[in-house]
Amino acid sequence: MPTSLTLEFSGGSEFLVGNQKEHKVSLPIDQPTVSQLIQWIKKEILTDHNRDDLFVMDDSVRPGVLVLVNECDWELLERNETILKDGDVVTFISTLHGG
Amino acid sequence: MPIPCSTEACTSAATIKRSKDGSAVCATCFTRRFEEDVHETISATNLFKRGEKVAIGASGGKDSTVLAYVMKVLNARHDYGLELILLSIDEGIKGYRDDSLKSVERNKIEYELPLTILSYKDLYGWSMDEIVARIGKKNNCTFCGVFRRQALDRGAYKLGATKLVTGHNADDIAETVLMNLLRGDVARLQRCTNICTGDDGGSLPRAKPLKYTFEKDIVMYARVNKLEYFYTECIYAPNSYRNFARDYIKKLERVRPRAILDIIYSGESIAVRKEVALPVLGRCSRCGYISSQKLCKACLLIEGLNTNQLDLGIKRKVTTETKTGCGKDKTGSSCGCSNEDKVQSIDF
Ligand code: SF4
Ligand SMILES: [Zn+2]
Ligand SMILES: [Zn+2]
Repeated sequence: MPTSLTLEFSGGSEFLVGNQKEHKVSLPIDQPTVSQLIQWIKKEILTDHNRDDLFVMDDSVRPGVLVLVNECDWELLERNETILKDGDVVTFISTLHGG
Repeated sequence: MPIPCSTEACTSAATIKRSKDGSAVCATCFTRRFEEDVHETISATNLFKRGEKVAIGASGGKDSTVLAYVMKVLNARHDYGLELILLSIDEGIKGYRDDSLKSVERNKIEYELPLTILSYKDLYGWSMDEIVARIGKKNNCTFCGVFRRQALDRGAYKLGATKLVTGHNADDIAETVLMNLLRGDVARLQRCTNICTGDDGGSLPRAKPLKYTFEKDIVMYARVNKLEYFYTECIYAPNSYRNFARDYIKKLERVRPRAILDIIYSGESIAVRKEVALPVLGRCSRCGYISSQKLCKACLLIEGLNTNQLDLGIKRKVTTETKTGCGKDKTGSSCGCSNEDKVQSIDF
């Protein structure tokens, strides 16, 4: 069963996904992990592939990009292994842009 | 399974893991602790005197936006008795600075702080757009950094401020410590770790109240308090993300956030142990700004522009360092460039 999510990009990470802050998406994966979501984002919605590495590194986000799941810091959850459910809101905030 | 907030009397669920100490807190407790940590730094170092006029170097970026807000909150809560003013620099970069200045304008209204904007064009006769048109995109950040530093000093002086505060955070300082360590530059090591510099009477004292505050916590603070900031890259910015020191710090932080503070502490202890002979500072013969040479760096660079000697004031060898060293600036630019310290660590 696919999973519907709301993705929110801010702090400059929106520049990497077509300058659009909010993305309503449907993942073709049942209960994806955050790590799977990141890989999917890399494949499907990162528009500027020259700058992929500003968002993704290895199987996770680049250090310096903060992740919230339903407004909760992923560091209090399971980080990469956090399981997402239908209707979840996942926020990515870059701390790497600007000063 | 929600984790409870670690504050004793609080019954809310934790939503943030503080970088500073790894504790799990709710948004309300996070905000309170963040502010009190900054207060602790300020009071432990006697950073301000009652009645002082303090200029906040405001770029519209996250660090200076949070700094301005927190200064305002703490000044009221702990009755510092400070007069706070915002000071912004307009480098004259189309499509970049115009936008960030709008964000500073908003701070001015929302935080009810007076704002002064000074432009390179007025101060030096050249805007950054004009400089880049003349010299190309090679040493632009060197010009920009030298100009900005002086512009902030001059602006603060003109406004009658006795101190200038900038938004440098723990990540920035750790990064600069690392770079100066790698270069073995002890004099700069000292300057970059000091919470306050220039209080020896020479130039206007500069302070960094967010020195022990993590970048992640700053961004989280801005988010939970709905502070809007600006983060577009300067159109002339070099490849600042791929800066080695910055990358290293961010990776380290993911594994063990405290390591950032350890780097700052080690920088501090190396800096105080070694007796460092800093150059004797005099005055620029042209503009009167503090300088160890006859002409200050800014005047030398302007001279080069006006007489078409474009390498005046720029050592050839440092070009690559200038490029990568340009990471981020908290001193009135949100350009993604840390000129204040970075340019300092490049010799002319
Ligand atoms: S990146 Fe920063 S220092 Fe460089 S030109 Fe732009 S505003 Fe100036
Ligand atoms: Zn709480
Ligand atoms: Zn001068």
